[in-house]
Amino acid sequence: MMLTVLAVTPIIGALLVACWPGASGNPRLVKVLALAVSLITLVLAIVVAAQFDAAEGGYQFVEQREWIPAIGAHYALGLNGIGLTLVMLTTILSPIVILAAWGDRLPNPARTHTYFAWMLALEGLAIGVFAATDVFLFYLLFEATLVPLYFLIGAHGGVGRSYAAVKFLIYNLVGGLLMLASIVGLYALTTRAGESSFLHSELIGLDISAGTEKLLFLGFFIAFAVKAPMWPLHTWLPDAAASSTPSTAVLMVSIVDKIGTFAMIRWCLEIFPGASQWASPVVMVLAVISILYGALLAIGQDDIRRLIAFTSVSHFGFIVLGIFAFTTLSTSGATLYMFNHGLSTAVLFLVTGMLIARRGSASISEFGGVQKIAPVLAGILLIGGLSSLSLPGLAPFISEFMVLAGTFTVSIPLAVIAAFGIILAAVYILLMYKRTMTGPLRPGLDGIRELDGREFTALAPAVVLIIALGFVPGPLLSVINPSVEPVIAQVGAEDPVPPHPVDAASEGAHE
Amino acid sequence: MLELSWLLIAIPLAGAALLLVWGKGADRFGHLIATAASAAAFVLGLIMFVELIGRGADDRSVTTSLGTWFEAGRFHVEFAFTFDQLSSLFVLLITGVGTLIHVYSIGYMAHDARRRRFFAYLNLFVAAMLTLVLAADYLVLFLGWEGVGLASFLLIGFWQHKETAAAAANKAFIMNRVGDLGMVIALMTMFATFGTTSIAAVNGAIDSASGSTATALGLLLLVGACGKSAQVPLQAWLLDAMEGPTPVSALIHAATMVTAGVYLVVRSAGIYDASEIARTVVVIVGLVTLLVGAWIGCAKDDIKKVLAGSTMSQIGYMMLAAGLGPAGYAFAIFHLLTHGFFKANMFLGAGSVMHAMDDDVDMRHYGALRRAMPITFVTFGLGYLAIIGFPGMSGFFSKDKIIEAALGYNTWIGLAAMIGAGVTAFYMTRLMMMTFFGEKRWRDEVHPHESPSVMTIPLIVLAAASVLGGALYLGGWITDWLEPIAGHAEHPHLPVPVIVVQLGVMAVVALGVAAGVWLYRRDVPDRAAADADVSIVTRAGRHEIYTNEVNGALVVLPVRYLTRLLVWLDARGIDGTVTGTADRIGEASQQLRRTQTGYVRSYALGIFGGALLVVLGLLAVTLA
Repeated sequence: MMLTVLAVTPIIGALLVACWPGASGNPRLVKVLALAVSLITLVLAIVVAAQFDAAEGGYQFVEQREWIPAIGAHYALGLNGIGLTLVMLTTILSPIVILAAWGDRLPNPARTHTYFAWMLALEGLAIGVFAATDVFLFYLLFEATLVPLYFLIGAHGGVGRSYAAVKFLIYNLVGGLLMLASIVGLYALTTRAGESSFLHSELIGLDISAGTEKLLFLGFFIAFAVKAPMWPLHTWLPDAAASSTPSTAVLMVSIVDKIGTFAMIRWCLEIFPGASQWASPVVMVLAVISILYGALLAIGQDDIRRLIAFTSVSHFGFIVLGIFAFTTLSTSGATLYMFNHGLSTAVLFLVTGMLIARRGSASISEFGGVQKIAPVLAGILLIGGLSSLSLPGLAPFISEFMVLAGTFTVSIPLAVIAAFGIILAAVYILLMYKRTMTGPLRPGLDGIRELDGREFTALAPAVVLIIALGFVPGPLLSVINPSVEPVIAQVGAEDPVPPHPVDAASEGAHE
Repeated sequence: MLELSWLLIAIPLAGAALLLVWGKGADRFGHLIATAASAAAFVLGLIMFVELIGRGADDRSVTTSLGTWFEAGRFHVEFAFTFDQLSSLFVLLITGVGTLIHVYSIGYMAHDARRRRFFAYLNLFVAAMLTLVLAADYLVLFLGWEGVGLASFLLIGFWQHKETAAAAANKAFIMNRVGDLGMVIALMTMFATFGTTSIAAVNGAIDSASGSTATALGLLLLVGACGKSAQVPLQAWLLDAMEGPTPVSALIHAATMVTAGVYLVVRSAGIYDASEIARTVVVIVGLVTLLVGAWIGCAKDDIKKVLAGSTMSQIGYMMLAAGLGPAGYAFAIFHLLTHGFFKANMFLGAGSVMHAMDDDVDMRHYGALRRAMPITFVTFGLGYLAIIGFPGMSGFFSKDKIIEAALGYNTWIGLAAMIGAGVTAFYMTRLMMMTFFGEKRWRDEVHPHESPSVMTIPLIVLAAASVLGGALYLGGWITDWLEPIAGHAEHPHLPVPVIVVQLGVMAVVALGVAAGVWLYRRDVPDRAAADADVSIVTRAGRHEIYTNEVNGALVVLPVRYLTRLLVWLDARGIDGTVTGTADRIGEASQQLRRTQTGYVRSYALGIFGGALLVVLGLLAVTLA
């Protein structure tokens, strides 16, 4: 029941916020209520994490109930270490984005309550997606997350919001449709094999002919590649990010997009190991293209939000690369990367959002010298930026190195080419920082305020986590590693043995 | 005590964190906390060093681990630190010179509104640099490596209201990232080959791997070293880095951080010993840089840029020595230490001069400062004697040893290094003549004065070290001390007796000094001649051998155009296809809409046609 409670709490909260008598006339009440609900959810998530047995590795807090017996669909939830990591990311970021959205100037202030209600609804649905162990349930929740995001972008976003929202929706629906076709295919297969079922545990051992497996795999993979987003299916993201509020952008890029890469592990690698092996060379090449392409495009942007969106295309490239290299190191790294990227992107979107709100423009060329009057804002932007360029000592470095080093053991050329991303990352972050924060203060910026207490409080937890996890990633990795190992085994891959292994224990005992 | 390596790092790190988090409340005393933190680390380092000396020669490496940093699959990295003969010397250099520069900065930055932040960054730098040299694992070393890069970025761009400072900071960071790419690939190669990135393990097991692995690792690490140590071809950032406050130039861009590349090579002695090719490339890089740096030093009028060119050149000497293998490792470190003393001394001296000249860096506006600033003059003069290798001074011993070892390796390389010594003598003499001698060429509003004692005392201490640093070689101490790490150094086989080499070097140096004195004996024009009026050699030196132009044409411009092209293609090509498809579908729907006429008769016709198709289809199937 624990997971159901966890997922339903924010959804009930959403209904409360939307329907509270007089909510539309009292935005303050709405915000406090939404924040309270997200904090309660966070506490519940911490309780779940505390009870999670990291060493055990398999699915825990399992709930399974027959749902639609006619087609064999189950209401089945369960968390492994990978799912738990993403649930924690979701529940940590939700209060942060709600607090950061406090002062958002919405196109229709009277609808403030729906803005916060949709955020909570999205949180609950995302938790459900990460916990679902029945592919039919997963599919419904996966598609359901589109609804709150559509309204968050389309009703509460900025300039160009309806175009961006429709583009977002259609792109993702097309992907979802392909997945639906594959799910129907899976249904047919299980039915033929004896008993219809959508359960992860049943599908994982399903006997599928190679050709069918490839087709079904593609249906899933393309849906997830749109979501992730991978080159060349990425063009919805910059538009959506540029037309959203900063909080919506965080929910979209840090959480919902992670569903794509998360689902690649759970539904592509585990259900279709053969096809995953088959596709891996192509996917890895596409991932490397994403890394470099996203980074180069980021360098060329003038809109700060589009810039961050393109950095994410690059970072998702790393995540996908790590997943499809099929080594424990790279896939664990990719999972950790999802968490770290969620944090660093949240800091970047939110702090630049605060900057953009002050100026009323997202164009980099409209800024300059802000550091002088708002040093704390500049400092947090710099930390967010440095984490995005994977500076050692900050959390994303560890995951990026794990992805690269793991990939290197299976493909030296791809790892080396991908590593050029670390130079490009320095270029896009530092150019943005230089143009906005340094030099003489641009005329017209005198009125820019330093971060206020509420804004600082929203950002501080993410910044603290980024630094802490840069030095002590152990707690997360101890949860992730035992859940990644079975995935690698399921794909049929083995970590390459170094040709000249050194027994580190004997060498390390130098003393 | 020797298990306390981590505390050496923790003290300045805590200082930095405290100053940054405390905020404005610490403005009045933040610099004192930072200086105390640096000094405390020095005292601890000194105690540990004394204990290390007390141990037996085979018992002087103590590795302590704080636990696992991260692990997955076969990968495992310990947060481990090694206090040994090599790292202990660096600890003393970093915290010792670092503390003096903290003290100096109290005076130098007294009127800067952001002084607390400056000291926080200095503390951060000390902590990162200590991490770099104490690390027992290449990945932990890389943490320090990037940490000093960050501190360098923050401090070069400290006066970030200046566009030039911010640009220089970015240039330094990005060029260093190019070197870091080499480092990262080296780290991945280590893991893929040995399953570990532990420094001891990799260097110990290198012989079990193929020679090409050793060569690859050696070259990749060298790429990283070139970035950090401003060696050709990744040297262009160092001259721009002089935009930072002068104490930063002294600490980071002269005495410590830029020598990290040399440290890396010596620390990786196992790898370089296993690859003749990698060592040869190190020698070539060092030699080229030592000549290019000296060339630039001769042509610049900006006092800090002369010193920066000189730094490049002197690190070139160290690299050259490190590339000689066991014959040169110890001398590379010896020169690194003495250079740390005399170059920090001279940079701080230059800062003292700038302080007196209202932050003017153009030596053509100086002249005759020896009377106005006697302490600065004397201390700078001692540094000068040390760098040109005046007999008895620290630089005399350390540079001479490198030239001897180079001669033993290859006559031509030795001779080139010798010529470098002559050029060094020339540009340093030029600097002395233009700054302290001749007629005064000060601007009217400038009134030079000696700096306060908080600035002159560090100068005096460093000057003393510049003079006495040669004592490290008393009885061959430093080579013996480093032998467990650097290996045994055979005496070089020289074509001529050592004394001839020494006399030869002295003659070349005397020639350089004489040329400097002769050319700048009279009054110097207070404005530089136009580019068109100087020789092509001088012009190239002024423009840093056109490396910025080369980098621009080969890297910056292509990337910029590629970026623009991709931005255009993304909008037109990829997104154009997507939106184009959507438009086509929209148009098709418009066409299709026409069939919805609202007339029952046309619908009936449609139904009839459909039914007919179905019947025909069924017929076809059954008949077939």
